[in-house]
Amino acid sequence: MAQQFDTATLGMWVFLLTEIMFFGGMFGAYTVYRGMYPGAFASTSQFMNPMFGAMNTAVLIVSSLTMALGVRAARLGLQKALQIFLILTMIFGLAFLVIKGFEYHEHWVDMKVPLIGGHWDYKEAPQFARQAQLLFCFYFFMTGFHALHMVVGLGLMTTIFVMARKGTFSAAYFTPVEISGLYWHFVDIVWIFLFPLLYLIGRTKALI
Amino acid sequence: MHSIPSVRTYVIIWAILTIMTFVTYYVAQIELGAWNIVVALLIAFFKMMLVILFFMNVKAESPLTKLFAAGGFFWMVLLLGQFFIDYVSRTWMPEGKMW
Amino acid sequence: MSTALQDPQVAETPNYLNSEYGWKSWLFTKDHKRIAVLYIISITAMFFVGGVFAGLIRLELLTPQGDMVNSDTYNKFFTMHGIVMVFFFLIPSIPATLGNFFVPMMIGAKDLAFPRINLISWYIYIIGAIFALASIVLGGVDTGWTFYTPFSSTFSNTFVITAACGVFIAGFSSILTGLNFIVTVHKMRAPGMTWGRLPLFVWANYATSLIQVLGTPVVAITLALVGLERAFHIGIFDPAIGGDPILFQHMFWFYSHPAVYIMILPGMGVISELVTCFSRKGIFGYSFIAASSLGIAIIGFLVWGHHMFVTGMSMYASLYFSLMSFLVAVPSAIKIFNWTATMFRGSISFDTPMLYAFGFIGLFTIGGLTGLFLATLATDVHVTDTYFVVAHFHYVMVGGMVLAYMGGLHFWWPKISGRMYPEGWARFSALLVFAGFNLTFFPQFITGYLGQPRRYHAYAPEFQVLNVMSTAGASILGLGYLIPLIYFLWSMKYGPRASSNPWGAKGLEWETSSPPPTYNFEQTPIVTEEAYAYSHEKEAEVG
Repeated sequence: MAQQFDTATLGMWVFLLTEIMFFGGMFGAYTVYRGMYPGAFASTSQFMNPMFGAMNTAVLIVSSLTMALGVRAARLGLQKALQIFLILTMIFGLAFLVIKGFEYHEHWVDMKVPLIGGHWDYKEAPQFARQAQLLFCFYFFMTGFHALHMVVGLGLMTTIFVMARKGTFSAAYFTPVEISGLYWHFVDIVWIFLFPLLYLIGRTKALI
Repeated sequence: MHSIPSVRTYVIIWAILTIMTFVTYYVAQIELGAWNIVVALLIAFFKMMLVILFFMNVKAESPLTKLFAAGGFFWMVLLLGQFFIDYVSRTWMPEGKMW
Repeated sequence: MSTALQDPQVAETPNYLNSEYGWKSWLFTKDHKRIAVLYIISITAMFFVGGVFAGLIRLELLTPQGDMVNSDTYNKFFTMHGIVMVFFFLIPSIPATLGNFFVPMMIGAKDLAFPRINLISWYIYIIGAIFALASIVLGGVDTGWTFYTPFSSTFSNTFVITAACGVFIAGFSSILTGLNFIVTVHKMRAPGMTWGRLPLFVWANYATSLIQVLGTPVVAITLALVGLERAFHIGIFDPAIGGDPILFQHMFWFYSHPAVYIMILPGMGVISELVTCFSRKGIFGYSFIAASSLGIAIIGFLVWGHHMFVTGMSMYASLYFSLMSFLVAVPSAIKIFNWTATMFRGSISFDTPMLYAFGFIGLFTIGGLTGLFLATLATDVHVTDTYFVVAHFHYVMVGGMVLAYMGGLHFWWPKISGRMYPEGWARFSALLVFAGFNLTFFPQFITGYLGQPRRYHAYAPEFQVLNVMSTAGASILGLGYLIPLIYFLWSMKYGPRASSNPWGAKGLEWETSSPPPTYNFEQTPIVTEEAYAYSHEKEAEVG
């Protein structure tokens, strides 16, 4: 069983490696464009809401705490605690998505959604309209793919919760909880980087 | 299989992470020029390390797991770094040189 | 040394092929050997699809004028040839077939670490292939397999998203295979099977798996961005709104260059197995070959800009990538030297697998050396986007990788199927492949150097003779591929039954019956000797 646990965790880490490279590609492209168009980038920061971003960061960090406590409960065979922590993690995950929804709605109202049929109007700084459209595309793709991973994470949590209710886990066998936890923490880490990159840098007059 | 961190440890890590979130939020309001991005990324890196070492329990894991975790991050740096070898050395960027 | 032991009286023992019958036992199997067979069938089918497009290309190029089809259609020919061959044949081929079958056996394991994920990877491959075939049936794609923007993202009127979906999906199949191999090699080796005793085929597949895992996600996100750009009419790589087409190329080639190492490394692993067995000698410089596989995997991620020297990338980046491209040749050269040294003073036999190995060593060397022409900035400016490049990559991919695949298929066929193929026909086909291949592609070095551009359906009349030779060669090459298809199928029913070790080879896979039982080993083997311990047997003639 120990070998199966080790095998499964190594497998999840290898999978997370692929996720790092997947997001890394997007980070790379975004960073290149940001460096290319510092003026346009500076103009976009007024439309980002760092308060939402910070709230989301805090929410995800708490969810990581409850997830870690949940994994710990699984290791100790504490069935009730495990279930409670899974529920809490899911609640915080949902809260993240809800806040994100508010945020996206704000962008929609502000006419800052540059997708087909979307609301796009860069009248506040028309000289940067084309490049800002590019940067906003990346904003939506990066947060969008991240949100997609959150949804998958919620699906994982639901599955684990159902398995926990059925008494599948014990101190001797909790591998699925552990590897789901790894996935969840990874999604948190992606956001830990997205938050400063997308929301914080450029709040001041600095162009970088 | 591995040592199990205590609830206290987890809560302390959580507290540090939350405090660092406040810090990065407020530092971003202060004009530091080029240092804004450095500070923000350093804080993010530090938070990531806490999550990896403690929440993901890599601190207690085998050297192999540590290697894979570090390797992934390093590979992303390789990607970004090599992109920038091109973009930083271009002299014909739309808004002037990138550097 | 002679060929297979032929003993028609050997009764059919219970093995993975006859343990269960019926389509469900195949489509829901978790046995890595059956999954390997599923892959062999699908990959062979895609190979012939890609081959049809190659035939169409060569037919058009018989005459200098673009008279068979118009240029748009020709664009579709070479695009579909590239997409199918690269993503649905070359990248999965050896790992998903021979790797799936033999990596677990070579390390003494019952199966891979994640058997269900292995089966899922095959289904994902099939779904990806369906998308690719759909894009063909719907009318084809004309962007080139490289999907360069903004043509692919904005201007092309063909089914780019369908094809990109196929590639995206097939990428996940590749990732899952790589993930499975990495964890398997780390966690499931039999007692005594230390890293230093692993067969080099396993080292090669391990290094390949690292590339698959680290590189494929980037092409996934790149194609996803192209798809999003097409679907939502936004311009990520569109210069009109400030996008950079070069960025697409950076992101695309970040994967696609290491991808060529995904293609060749497993082939090199096969050659290590063939050269040792058919020289009856231990490998020269085991640790160097193992290290060179890892070296190729790592350095392979540092060279992609050599596809972009003339695109407008900065000169300093070009210098860097050129230097790194020279560096990556070193580990490959080390392998060639070591294989040659292995054969020196060996007891060489010329069975079909060894013929393919010889072909590989010669042709891969030519292909690799011409790569250095392309890594050199000045000469690359002259020959880029000409047939010189086309000849270069076909030398390494077909002269290298496909020959290694054929050699491996012949070598391990008795183990996979329990039957021997007809040696006479096999040697004849190997010679046809070698002759046909060289006739097809050597003239392309010449025409390319003289200036014939690639991806054009017409060319200057002075190149016609060489192009006709090339097409003639392609027909011979096609025959050389068709004959093995026929005799392999024939052998499954009429071939003589093979013994467990018809070649007298070293390796755990040869200690099982042919075909092996479902669980590979009665008891977990305990490994006590180094890999390729042939020298003890040199005096005692086996087989």
